[in-house]
Amino acid sequence: MNENSHEIIRVRGLHKTFHVGDVDVHALRGVDLDVGRGEFLAVIGPSGSGKSTLFHILGGLAPPTEGQVVIDGTEIRSLTESQRTELRQRKVGFVFQKYNLLPTLTARDNIAIAQALAGVNLPPDNFDHILQLLGIKHRLDHKPSKLSGGEQQRVAIARALVNQPAILLADEPTGNLDTENSNAVLDILRDLNKRTGQTILMITHNPEAAAFADRIVAMRDGRVQTA
Amino acid sequence: MINKLVWENLKHRWVRTLLSALVVGVQVMLILTLIGLSRGLLQESAQRARGTRADIFLKPDTGGTLSLSTGQVNEKLVAYVARQPHVTQAVGVLSIPVQMITTLNGVDIPQFEKISEGFHFLSGGVPKSPDDLIVDDFYARQNHVRVGDTVKLLNHGWHVSGIDQGGVLGRFVVQLKPLQMLTGNANRISEILVKLDDPALTNQEVAHLNQLLKGNLRAYSMEEFVSQFTINNIPDLKAFIAVITALGVLVGFLVVFLSMYTAVVERTREIGILKALGAKPGKIVDILVREAVVLAILGTIIGIGLAYLAKVILLSVMPASLPVITVPEWWPIAGAVALAGALIGAVYPGVKAARQDAIEALAYE
Repeated sequence: MNENSHEIIRVRGLHKTFHVGDVDVHALRGVDLDVGRGEFLAVIGPSGSGKSTLFHILGGLAPPTEGQVVIDGTEIRSLTESQRTELRQRKVGFVFQKYNLLPTLTARDNIAIAQALAGVNLPPDNFDHILQLLGIKHRLDHKPSKLSGGEQQRVAIARALVNQPAILLADEPTGNLDTENSNAVLDILRDLNKRTGQTILMITHNPEAAAFADRIVAMRDGRVQTA
Repeated sequence: MINKLVWENLKHRWVRTLLSALVVGVQVMLILTLIGLSRGLLQESAQRARGTRADIFLKPDTGGTLSLSTGQVNEKLVAYVARQPHVTQAVGVLSIPVQMITTLNGVDIPQFEKISEGFHFLSGGVPKSPDDLIVDDFYARQNHVRVGDTVKLLNHGWHVSGIDQGGVLGRFVVQLKPLQMLTGNANRISEILVKLDDPALTNQEVAHLNQLLKGNLRAYSMEEFVSQFTINNIPDLKAFIAVITALGVLVGFLVVFLSMYTAVVERTREIGILKALGAKPGKIVDILVREAVVLAILGTIIGIGLAYLAKVILLSVMPASLPVITVPEWWPIAGAVALAGALIGAVYPGVKAARQDAIEALAYE
């Protein structure tokens, strides 16, 4: 454990190697990264640069091969799969490129299911305010198939925030949206960051989207180029 | 919330859900109908035994009350039994199986009427000639038989002399001597019905007759006799029901397995989403198990409905051959069979889903 009150994410010498048949694929080759509490960070890089692998490790979806990763005081390399699952319930909120809402549930229930899985009964006090910021209060009783892409992504953001995560991880959150909706979603992310102090780490290959963040780091060949 | 997800998932693919529940329901119906038919046949037999109004039954001391002994008993014993104290009437009955557990019964009808207070004829009357036959109303209705018609039983054409309302001795009753001759059972009978001067002495006389006829016949009081008309006393039927029940588990397993397996493949991405949101493997299995339980419950409800429908159809088409009754105490058992099959069927798909890698599942198109 290496806790620093100013850093909510601390990564040192992170390696991730996938074994594909007899071949070892080194997706991350020694990543060092610090993200401050309340920071809005964009990670940019071309396909294959390792940014999605970094996203998966920071979100507890995959274990690191080597190195130190501390999320809000928790060293995740030593966590069991079950403990990484608990990390996802409480400390991390995900926003995906393809929204990934459950199609059989309404927007309201998509948000509620995240609470149910985390064993939380009530949304946080400021959640009504967050829903207002997201502009989806009047669309909560619709299923994803009845919502536009922008609305679905805003529901996904609400779902990611309902358990008050330490960090919000957004993987290409505007990748499936047109310019207008992209800008709306990015505005919302920036607004949330400024108004609620939510730490956001956004992965994107789009420099215009990255420009909405406080800070940008670039990845190439499994390493962070600019920190 | 998890229950809502389960319900919405089942609603989302309602055709698959309904078909799966229907197949489970058909199996539940088969179990309930089989039990209803078995109980119905046995209940009818018990009613006919009661309808004789005998106080004591004497049967060969082998094989139990439900064995079809045909002509194992010497007819001379009837007179011997009739001479015993407190016995006012004794009459021999020869029962020859004709279909399943239905028998053609030969009896000295005037003697029998002294015990039973007679038949209740809807049309016609008692046999007058050797080939005359009494049939009950269920058989007559099912087979559109009227007085004067000929019914072929044991390769012999019988002339219907009367249609009885049923519930006395048997579905088919003829005179004793012609049946003894036809079946090569001269002076042989299957059982003896005994009437006492005081029914309160039944237990005492049962003990007395058992002592007297030890090794030849066994005496049963009416209550003891009819209490043995249960499925457990018919080993072949018990085994058959066990096979149908096992088939019920197997069908439930296969249906739910297939349904859940396709659901898991189809919902790979959704399972990935749930995992990303923090669902542990046990929770994924839990969701699928709950879906299987709902399918089993729906299947049981549908099965009970289908069993009612089957009963109505069978009773209207074949009231004599298939006297199905409703057996509510078997509903939970049939439901448990469906549930067992469903739970076993949900295990592999559930484990498969639980083991899915969240990242691969999220990338699934």
